[in-house]
Amino acid sequence: MNNIGKKLRVAGAIMATAALIGSLAACSSTSGGTPSATSHKGGTFTLWDPYPDRDASSTWAKAVEACAATVGVTIKRTASNTGDTVKDLTTASPNLPDVALVDNPKVSTLAAAGLLTTTKQNGFDVSSISKNILSAGEIDGKFYGVPTGANTLGLYYNPTVLSKAGVDIASVTDWASLTAALQKVVASGNKGITFSAVGTEEGSFQFLPWFWGAKANLTKLDSSSGDAALSLWTDWLKKGLAPNSVIQNTQGTSWTEFKTGTFGFAENGSWFKSDADTAGYKSIQIPAENGGPAPAPTGGEFMTIPIQKDKTRYATSAKIVGCLSKGDTAATALGYVAPTKAGADAQLAADPTLKFWISAVGDAKPRTADNLGVKYGAISQQLYTAIQAALSGSATPSAALTTAQAAVK
Amino acid sequence: MSATPTLSGAPVRGSNGGATSTSGAASPAGRPRPRRLGPRLAVVGFLAPLVVYLAVFYAYPLYRNLDLSFRSYTLRSFIDGTAPFAGIANYVTVFQSTTFVPALENTAIFTFVSIAFQFSIGLALAVFFFHNFRLSATLRALFLVPWLLPLLVSASVWAWMLNSDSGVVNALLQGIGLHQINWLTSPQWAMVSVLIANIWIGIPFNLVILYSGLQGIPGDIYEAASLDGASSWQTFWRITFPLLRPVSAITILLGLVYTLKVFDIIWIMTRGGPVDASTTFAIWSYRLGFGGESPELSPAAAVGNLLIILAFVFGLIYIRVQRRAGLS
Repeated sequence: MNNIGKKLRVAGAIMATAALIGSLAACSSTSGGTPSATSHKGGTFTLWDPYPDRDASSTWAKAVEACAATVGVTIKRTASNTGDTVKDLTTASPNLPDVALVDNPKVSTLAAAGLLTTTKQNGFDVSSISKNILSAGEIDGKFYGVPTGANTLGLYYNPTVLSKAGVDIASVTDWASLTAALQKVVASGNKGITFSAVGTEEGSFQFLPWFWGAKANLTKLDSSSGDAALSLWTDWLKKGLAPNSVIQNTQGTSWTEFKTGTFGFAENGSWFKSDADTAGYKSIQIPAENGGPAPAPTGGEFMTIPIQKDKTRYATSAKIVGCLSKGDTAATALGYVAPTKAGADAQLAADPTLKFWISAVGDAKPRTADNLGVKYGAISQQLYTAIQAALSGSATPSAALTTAQAAVK
Repeated sequence: MSATPTLSGAPVRGSNGGATSTSGAASPAGRPRPRRLGPRLAVVGFLAPLVVYLAVFYAYPLYRNLDLSFRSYTLRSFIDGTAPFAGIANYVTVFQSTTFVPALENTAIFTFVSIAFQFSIGLALAVFFFHNFRLSATLRALFLVPWLLPLLVSASVWAWMLNSDSGVVNALLQGIGLHQINWLTSPQWAMVSVLIANIWIGIPFNLVILYSGLQGIPGDIYEAASLDGASSWQTFWRITFPLLRPVSAITILLGLVYTLKVFDIIWIMTRGGPVDASTTFAIWSYRLGFGGESPELSPAAAVGNLLIILAFVFGLIYIRVQRRAGLS
């Protein structure tokens, strides 16, 4: 007993010392954040992007290089993982890059944290950018960045599998006819549909066309329309029309499943277009509950200009961003539909098979739309948790959505 | 700085040593001072690296974590450096969260079931391999493989094998006419799956430590036992097991601390899901801080601190048990 008392006293003393040392260090760290802005006259500008798989020989890197030459500066490109962009940017706060490419639903989060300049501050002209794509970076009428381009989701199908099952793709116009088609495909010995319902942002992203297609709104997750959308997915799993693995599928793994050639349908993104063309897969827009195309969410990064101590840098950064968003070079390099009408037209002229995706992007809407802004992150997290709960059978769709709505507050 | 007094301390002591016999008594007041200061500086000098190391790498991070958990940190805090003091609000949030009870239960189940199986299988294997036989060394080496593989690899392979639709385990089950089990995606099986993987990974560690413990038991005790006609069962329970107790205690304690904080396996296999079905404190803390769409660093730190307290309690229990064992 006595010994333990002594031990605790020692532990207390250590804690006290630690607190002292800690507070000293804390003082020094707050005063130590001096800007290290040595004057780069015309010189080096930093650009962060989330494409570590695109090395210096990639078309994207070449597009960046070309813009550096046009503007007359050196661009130092740093690529890191998408998931880390927000963390990296916040921890780098005294030494932010000149241009940062950020996944579009994260723009509002970073803007609210005070990290980004508005187009008014940096002098960038957004008038030529397509409104529906641009609005992901809009908060209270101010724009915190411009899209590099956009992608969206569609419904790919495998014509071989469908013809074997006797399904005419023209008959697939709403949820009921889609489910009927899935049943025919499964009856013919193949598998129905694959998608990604993983417990991350990807899961919410894939669910939104169905959610919006039922006319549900993200501000009220537990509406009867939301329930209808989640029940659609849950029933597909229950009836064996979709595999159980969708609960863990990323969009990449889901595509790999589809490419086994045993699936009738796959919900996936425009970024797999060339792969689909090679394999002979076709695509339609995701149908809404009662027919017509459902609005799909836009994907893709925004080019943002983070706050700098040296405000004179903004003008040049804006030129870099302007160069990258003009025409279709950067967007094509990244596999996006260009953000401007002129760019999209150029893409269509170069490759007429893009027509479908260009019109799909035109119908798409950003996840942070409906004036959600920063709130989208918390809502999406609850939404994918509800999807996980319903698909795994931990809760009924309506109970899962009620829990989710209560957690969003 | 620290080296100089140490070096200069030595000649002072040496010259004193020569002088004590003759003049030591003559100047009792003047001499002892440099005699004491030298060693004290030396002590400080030798301690300084350790103290600095502990302060920088242990005390400061721990303090920061505590500080974080009592403040309300947001992304904005990183920019302007302000985070309002929140008192115990973060802890209240954590305790009131619907994840708290499942996470606590899961942490307890995960830790105790893992340890129970890892230890008993490890001990059985250690005893088995202790009787040397042909190929026993080769087999023992094979058992170490799970330990040598990077956790990322093991966990990914397990996740792949247990996949509902394309996993080899379900293919086998269906091959013998059983139903497909949704190992990683059903609330009933997710915990079982991560437990199986974790037990598999932990066995080699238990095997190695217990095996070396067995080598420390003198052979003549076994000889005496066999002369007395003890059965192998009796030999195990009356000799091996009691004599292995100190080694067992440290194995289990280390296992506890390792298992409490297991993160990679669960995160890779299930991400703590579906929903909270396989969420432990370690997973929850990470998910709050970095896994979600909006980072909640302060509640994450609070969960982390709870985990530290848990580990600390087990440490105290270990010290207590060890002392009692030492006394008896």
